[in-house]
Amino acid sequence: MPDVLLETRGLQKHFGGLVATDDVSLAIETGELHAVIGPNGAGKTTLIGQLAGEIAPSGGQILFAGEDITALATPDRVARGLARSFQVTSIFPEFSVLDNVALAVQRHAGHSFRFWADARRDAGLRRPAETLLGELGLAARAGVPAGTLSHSEKRTLEIAMVLAARPRLVLLDEPLAGMAPEDSKRMVQILSGLKGRLTILLIEHDMDAVFSLADRLTVLVYGKAIATGTPAQIRANDQVRHAYLGDEAE
Amino acid sequence: MKIGRKGVVAVVALVALAALPPIALALDQDFYIDMFTRIMIFAIAAVSLDLILGYGGLVSFGHAAYLGIGSYAVGILAYHGFGNGFLQFGVAILASAVVALFVGWVSLRTSGVYFIMITLAFGQMIYFLGESINLYGGDNGLNIQQHSDFAGLLDLDDSSTLYYFVLAWLVLCLGFGWRLVNSRFGMVIRGAKSNERRMLSLGFRTFRYKLLAFVISGAIAGIAGALLANLTLFLSPSVMHWTRSGEVMMMVILGGMGTLIGPVFGAIVYLLFESLLSGFTEHWQAILGPFLVLVVLFSKSGLMGFSGRGGGAAAKSNA
Amino acid sequence: MIAVAEQVLNGVQFGITLFLMAAGLTLIFGVMNLVNLAHGSLYMVGAYIAAATFNATHSFLLGIGAALAGTAAVGIAIEVVVFRRLYRRDHLDQVLATFGLILFFNELVRMIWGATALYAQVPGFLAGQVELLPGAPYPTYRLAIIVAGLVVGVLIYLLVMKTRIGMLIRAGASDRTMVGALGVNITLLYTLVFGVGAALAALSGALAGPVFTVESGMGDDLLILAFVVIVIGGIGSIRGAFIASVLVGVVDTIGRAFLRQLFALVMSGFAADSAGPATASMLIYVLMAAVLFFRPQGLFPRENR
Repeated sequence: MPDVLLETRGLQKHFGGLVATDDVSLAIETGELHAVIGPNGAGKTTLIGQLAGEIAPSGGQILFAGEDITALATPDRVARGLARSFQVTSIFPEFSVLDNVALAVQRHAGHSFRFWADARRDAGLRRPAETLLGELGLAARAGVPAGTLSHSEKRTLEIAMVLAARPRLVLLDEPLAGMAPEDSKRMVQILSGLKGRLTILLIEHDMDAVFSLADRLTVLVYGKAIATGTPAQIRANDQVRHAYLGDEAE
Repeated sequence: MKIGRKGVVAVVALVALAALPPIALALDQDFYIDMFTRIMIFAIAAVSLDLILGYGGLVSFGHAAYLGIGSYAVGILAYHGFGNGFLQFGVAILASAVVALFVGWVSLRTSGVYFIMITLAFGQMIYFLGESINLYGGDNGLNIQQHSDFAGLLDLDDSSTLYYFVLAWLVLCLGFGWRLVNSRFGMVIRGAKSNERRMLSLGFRTFRYKLLAFVISGAIAGIAGALLANLTLFLSPSVMHWTRSGEVMMMVILGGMGTLIGPVFGAIVYLLFESLLSGFTEHWQAILGPFLVLVVLFSKSGLMGFSGRGGGAAAKSNA
Repeated sequence: MIAVAEQVLNGVQFGITLFLMAAGLTLIFGVMNLVNLAHGSLYMVGAYIAAATFNATHSFLLGIGAALAGTAAVGIAIEVVVFRRLYRRDHLDQVLATFGLILFFNELVRMIWGATALYAQVPGFLAGQVELLPGAPYPTYRLAIIVAGLVVGVLIYLLVMKTRIGMLIRAGASDRTMVGALGVNITLLYTLVFGVGAALAALSGALAGPVFTVESGMGDDLLILAFVVIVIGGIGSIRGAFIASVLVGVVDTIGRAFLRQLFALVMSGFAADSAGPATASMLIYVLMAAVLFFRPQGLFPRENR
């Protein structure tokens, strides 16, 4: 029986009169790639916000590896292995690409209360960062300021930083957003390569990517999880068809 | 560590500063020695502010308070008969650090304009505290009878000796600051300035790093205060007035924030300008004020911008 | 008991003076996201113009009128010349630029009216005292300030909450571009808001002149207090500014009046002479720290973010 790594129980979030998350209970299994899909405004980003610790839920619980993390702040969740990428790219534009990843590595390579040694010459930071950039195809851009990268390169850098944390589970908020087709394909390949090594919760609009990558999907509509299942099950689900997929899904 | 343009500029400046006393003495213009001692003291304060302002994005508007605390540590100890320089400077550093710890601990719970206002308010609080303690002169100030005694090794009575003592501290602070901002700790601070949300998402509890940086910055300003007390041999709460904090901040901006050496130039230019203007007219502040406004409106990267490496303004703060 | 009540009223009066400053500040910051350190300078300019006009014409009302008009003019002038360029800049730039303005204005009033304090007297019809309770006289003028402040406070609140212009102000605060897109002249709106804020500061200064000293820099310490008030009350909230102002005013006044005596009960007179005022001056900041510790966004934070 596969064990559950990330679980929500009756998660609720309302902003005044607006219900953004309506009694959502999810169980993400270790090693799976679980996609969350739904129309715009369904509350997907709010859900990720609560899982990552940026938004406090109005009710319900979040458990990670059996531990109740509902009240934990974001850095504490990261320390336990829960990392997150942003829908709108969030990197350090003035730092070089390598520095960006090195900083991400730094969190997990010893402590940061070191005041004398030059961080840029720290092999314990540089080597893992260079390796990661190599794996993701950004090695050639290691020395340039991250702000000068193309949009797709920035999205890839974002993923690199998330992976640098060697997390157990990553929350990916629309990693393919705004990417050109070739870059999209490459990103899908990367994500596909990660399957099994990590647990992934993926929010995406690109249905081709979702259906090819996901082990299971959950469909979110108006903050409510209306269906969870394998791609085949979801495709066949009438409720889902009616609410979201329409007649395009074959 | 590569010595870039900034490094060259720094070395040139420090060598020039080191050469000043013999030249001044030779030209029979002794007063420049004291004047530049004062400038260097404020340069140290400006460098300490740059650490958290330029590199950390923390707009601390109450930094002059730490100058005051350092001064008062020396003055109060001297008043009670404790002339030992090691003790005085030690207490100055410790006291500034402790106060910075408290102020930072409360203030860093906020950000943006709240942070600016709160540091400003705490700075004023400390100023009023200094004003109301009559034992140490209160409003009128207090004379300090003697310079700090470092086991008889240094005669701080002699202008040149004091000058080089201060210069040594400036070099030390610049060196320490440079290693700090490039260290792991420095990267965390700079990362927090660049993108706090990202830092948190990478797992850094940014609060504790910012707090430590704030404390270090306050402690260095405390050293500047202890040096100031030795220069003026006079304690006055006016050194802690919030307008002083504003001036130190102007020095950082003028010189180029986020460069460490920039603020040194900022201090030199600002204080020389002030000295020049006040010799010109008693209403010099009516000229300095608009000048500062113009600098802010039209020049983002300060003097260092001309040498190729600007400071970069802090990101728009969110209340 | 009477002494305490009198000090409480003094505290309320001080609080009202603070409130008029804070209301303008919080409006300007709330709507335009502008940190204006020179607000204290507008207070000072208002005080100077009122005192100078009164000394020349012996008409209190003329003095107030001149102060309002003159300071509003000055305010609008600096809004057009300086602030329009600052709205889009970060807060650090705003702080520094307005700091430069403070230096300028402090020196300007010295140039025009000299370095010694200007004499501002209480007008004849408000001199004397009022018996609030039998045996408890209170200066009429201070009472007048309290009343005036309350009236203005209510007017401002109504303006912002109940009128169409107030609605535009509040809308401009939450979404400047949107309001602009709706065809409202944002530039004019901002200038208007700034003018209102400046007038409030001027009124506060004009009224305060006879009570506090009219001198260069008189507005600066008050400004910092006004910011403390806004932090405690919550940025953008008129209601919060009012409650916090009165709270701060009363706490500060009571502290200064009675702490020394309280301390003298438990320590030597000499020690109390220092400890009393020292603690009194720190009291409000301790209050601020305490509020921030439990509610970093102030007592009445804005919900729309």
